[in-house]
Amino acid sequence: MKYNVQIKVMPLKDLLDPQGKAVMGSLQNLGLQGVQDVRIGKHITLQIDANTESEARNVAEDAAKKLLANPVMEFYEIEMVN
Amino acid sequence: MKFGVVVFPGSNCDRDMQNALQHDMNKEVIMLWHKDKDLSMFTTDDCIVLPGGFSYGDYLRCGAIARFSPMMQSVVEFANKGGKVLGVCNGFQILCEAGLLPGALLRNGHQQFVCKNVFIKGADSEVLKIPVAHGEGRFYAEDVVLDELEKNDQVVFRYCNEKGEVGSVNDVDLALYNPNGAVRNIACIKNETGNVFGMMPHPERATSVALGNVDGLKVFDLLGLN
Repeated sequence: MKYNVQIKVMPLKDLLDPQGKAVMGSLQNLGLQGVQDVRIGKHITLQIDANTESEARNVAEDAAKKLLANPVMEFYEIEMVN
Repeated sequence: MKFGVVVFPGSNCDRDMQNALQHDMNKEVIMLWHKDKDLSMFTTDDCIVLPGGFSYGDYLRCGAIARFSPMMQSVVEFANKGGKVLGVCNGFQILCEAGLLPGALLRNGHQQFVCKNVFIKGADSEVLKIPVAHGEGRFYAEDVVLDELEKNDQVVFRYCNEKGEVGSVNDVDLALYNPNGAVRNIACIKNETGNVFGMMPHPERATSVALGNVDGLKVFDLLGLN
């Protein structure tokens, strides 16, 4: 069975995110009020062929841990879509 | 001492490195393609260099994909046997991603690509002028890791000013001499066993009298790679 998995990878909360900071500057230049913080990460979708949902989740977990996110600077969240 | 320079798709300082080692330092250099994995022509007295550039287009994260190339598997084995490995710029990023060095290189704090000469100095070394060129060179590791690095003398070079003064967090003027916002002004570290080195500045761009700067030769000397 095919499972669609979405993985969110974000910079760790304590770390400065220069990309987010630059975008926040632009939002302020646009005149948008009230935006206090912007952080930018990645959204990765995987299609995994597996027998069960938990099997698919394990594969996604493995992928995130070994390649998709670097725990020194990022954290990830996995969401099963179907 | 013989050198191997790994060429990844997107490496762009590989020929500079080859030229510096061969012509300015009179070393034997073998270029190594990322898809190969044979390092049998090297002994642990030799050195494998991971050059600067944008391996695999910096996709996902700088160095993240290169780490899984066939040649890198051999380089990790080589390093674990005690072979010398030097990563410059993108090479440093690859070494961190591969787990051969602790920490990571984050996007520069000021959000800009930085390309200029900077000053660095080791614990007992003179001040050296070496070029940097990177967008993601802000060395970062947790405080416990940094304390450990300092305790074991694994911080090889720090960014400083022309006089060799290293800035502190509270010292705004001296902090200007840190080109990327690296924690504790770290420019170069080595692993615990002292055979794997990673640095953001480019010593291979400063090895020629004709180019007006030979401080890079002193970097190779200080790392024991000459």
